[in-house]
Amino acid sequence: MIDQDVIERTLEAALRTGADFAEIYAEDKRNTSVSLDDGRIEQVTSGRDRGAGIRVIKGDTTGFAHSSDLSERGLADAARAAAAAASQGDGRTRTVTLERDTAPTVNVVGRYPETVPKATKVELLQRFDHAARSAGSEIVQVSAGYGDSRKHVLIANSDGVYVTDDIVRVLARISVVADGDSGMQTGFQSMGHTVGWEIFDPSHEGYVDVEALARDASRQAIVKLHARPAPSGAMPVVIKNGTGGVLFHEACGHGLEADHIQKGSSVYAGKVGELVASPLVTLVDDGTLAGEWGTLAVDDEGHQTQRNVLIEDGVLTDYMWDYIRSRNDGRAPSGNGRRQSYMHLPMVRMTNTFVLDGPDDADDIVASTERGVYVSHLGGGSVNTATGDFVFGMNEAYLIENGEITEPLREGNLIGNGPQVLRDIDMLAGDFAMGNPGTCGKDGQGVPVGDGQPTLRVKSMTIGGTAA
Amino acid sequence: MSDLLDIVDRVVAQAQPGEQVEAFASRGGDTDVRVYQGEVEHFVAAQAEGIGIRIIQDGRTGFAYAGTLDHAAVAEVLAEARDNVQFGTVDEWAGLAEPDGVAATDQSLWNDELADFETDRKIELAKELERLTVASDPRVRIDDSNYADAYGEAAVASTTGIRQWGRENGCYVSISTLADDGDETQTGFGFSVGRTPTVLHLERAAREASDRATRLLGARKPASSRTTVVLDPFVTAQFLGIISSTLNGEAVVKGRSLFKDRLGDDVASPHVTLVDDPTNPLAYTATDVDGEGLAARRNSLIDQGVLQQFTHNSYSARRAGTVSTGNATRGGFGGTPGVGALALSLQPGTRSQQEIIAGIDEGLLVQSVTGIHSGVNTISGDFSTGAAGLMIRDGQLAEPVREFTIASTLQRMLLDIVEVGGDLDWLPMRAAGVTLVINDVTMSGE
Repeated sequence: MIDQDVIERTLEAALRTGADFAEIYAEDKRNTSVSLDDGRIEQVTSGRDRGAGIRVIKGDTTGFAHSSDLSERGLADAARAAAAAASQGDGRTRTVTLERDTAPTVNVVGRYPETVPKATKVELLQRFDHAARSAGSEIVQVSAGYGDSRKHVLIANSDGVYVTDDIVRVLARISVVADGDSGMQTGFQSMGHTVGWEIFDPSHEGYVDVEALARDASRQAIVKLHARPAPSGAMPVVIKNGTGGVLFHEACGHGLEADHIQKGSSVYAGKVGELVASPLVTLVDDGTLAGEWGTLAVDDEGHQTQRNVLIEDGVLTDYMWDYIRSRNDGRAPSGNGRRQSYMHLPMVRMTNTFVLDGPDDADDIVASTERGVYVSHLGGGSVNTATGDFVFGMNEAYLIENGEITEPLREGNLIGNGPQVLRDIDMLAGDFAMGNPGTCGKDGQGVPVGDGQPTLRVKSMTIGGTAA
Repeated sequence: MSDLLDIVDRVVAQAQPGEQVEAFASRGGDTDVRVYQGEVEHFVAAQAEGIGIRIIQDGRTGFAYAGTLDHAAVAEVLAEARDNVQFGTVDEWAGLAEPDGVAATDQSLWNDELADFETDRKIELAKELERLTVASDPRVRIDDSNYADAYGEAAVASTTGIRQWGRENGCYVSISTLADDGDETQTGFGFSVGRTPTVLHLERAAREASDRATRLLGARKPASSRTTVVLDPFVTAQFLGIISSTLNGEAVVKGRSLFKDRLGDDVASPHVTLVDDPTNPLAYTATDVDGEGLAARRNSLIDQGVLQQFTHNSYSARRAGTVSTGNATRGGFGGTPGVGALALSLQPGTRSQQEIIAGIDEGLLVQSVTGIHSGVNTISGDFSTGAAGLMIRDGQLAEPVREFTIASTLQRMLLDIVEVGGDLDWLPMRAAGVTLVINDVTMSGE
């Protein structure tokens, strides 16, 4: 993408005002997307994004500039702007010498999406649409999307990091509307992986059946046509395996990001070594899981991702770290420095965040719950890390009465307090599954993340419905 | 004028027989200064540019974009868009916007004073805001204090005769606060927005950020009940954004709006008159043209509770058998135009928030909501969000409350509106804030 001597000279230019650290992050990304709505292929879109961001750190101040011009002149302009932003300059010179690494292979791509004809991608969405509409006459509208991208990245810094990577993603999503006497209801499903087109090939090991996803989205919408208003108030909540990882992403994941810790804006600050969750809970953030949506060989600062155990048997063991925060704390980064694109500053972010299996049986969890709510499809969520209060939506949920799953419920939010909910997890099954691909938003940047968990029960959470 | 018009003109001139071609090019930049404990934490100087090209032929649409205006890249985008056309499904309503004779209202969206504003003074504003906020209350500390500005220019041209260019700039300061009392921490925020730094109101941003955090100290989870809620102006603006998506013409023609068959019906209480008016220069999102280059205009959506019209771009209008209301939205060069409200406001009443609260025996002032995207379904109408605020008892603000939800349905909430305050305030979003009183909302807590 850029010659090594140009990178070295760019970093030297960025350091010329006396900075302690300079970094270049360059990307060249091509993507294709297809949108289907109302029975029509609305459009095929082709996109290209290419550019470099230059970060310069002097003391506690970070300067950042970027350019879509990858020529030496464009990079030099950005380097000067970033250096000026970080300081007023003392004219020292430093030499940068780089030795190139290639990122380790964590994701194996069988068939690069750009080698697949656009017509084949269009046909995939048409199958999606057909399967959703065939699921019932109540289905009145279907919207679906497919997207793939291939991003070449180059990351180099004045500490000697110089690494390149090639990141492939495929994503598909479907939203349906069912109409009935009580009004309209919606259903949603999605899949996303850091692999190639082979995932749609039935003979492939990790095959995803998009028609089954479509039928599931339709089933959700049709079930909800007969849903009653969700209850209002606190009660036990059982969350189905592979649907509720966002609970941990919000209840504690964000609060374990070292930037919040260092600013004292997290309820988990100063709690390493303390029991912060039920002893059933072991929470891991792992960027190395092959093919998962939050997986990266190296993070967006060039450090290898790793498996980080955050909570072990209920005890807080560590936070997540990027370059700046680990430098502040005199420790190694944990591979959690991420950014949306070359136009954005990296910060501490999650990758794939999940809870490991527990001792219980999923059926027993429901059977031992006299009255509560069973959530089988969660929506998004958000958290205030300083108070720990968080919400997440239930897209598909049922009442539990006398140990049995009974009537479907209309949509609503659940609300809880992170530290309290972690302590209140009183049953955890052994049926771990990863959930849907997510986009995590923080400070205006979105990055792809994964989550997962076994079936579990929280002994009390507040359900935000309207029924008594 | 600008070289952007030359770029889009050159693309449109390459249209082949039978093709409709639209090119949208933009260029812009922003400065983002973050201060923490008196020092610059980061300073970002960013520039971006790009082009999106849409081609429609025989009812089929293709689109491509690139994040550069480099000559070779533009040629590649045009070729890709043309290649993508063949995969679209024929749509009898597909087509670009055509000039409709409505004159654009001139807007002063560019300010030279901001364009010339010096870097050191930007940093100083963020530091000053931090100082003012810290000084406001000993319990308050800062998460971050920010100054940001942005400028942009955009040009759009098409084979149907659209040709527009415009530029604008603006700036804001914002601050996130933490208030501590013993083991407890609460959070707040404040901001001020303007087209030039001289109108930024740092004292007000500091006071609001401090008040929002400190007045929630001691907040408890409330008991569940059905009650009257008073929405703070910032929350009302978020609520109006949700309501507007149910009035979106694209949702209507595709059968996804819960008000699709309700034109002329009473959908809200008589207190509700909802207008979308991007020609109002007070609106943060004021504009002279919409995302397709048609004149932005004033549209009355709900008049004294009666549904008057939906918002449309040229596609949804053609399909609905009407004309565009100038409500095409565009999120930048990387996408095709959608439909949306541009600058919403409720017709204000006369009383202040304090006067309104004085007349409520028992209720809840909602200071903030969370989880709007996860707990509100604009197709079914189910509404449920996390909330924080203060109880109202005997006409007075009482104890703070948190970790509860408020829930109803959008249909019911519109009908249950009993008063609109007189405190209309334009906010940095596509809606104005105003105090709003809604009866019979479910509060879920203990």
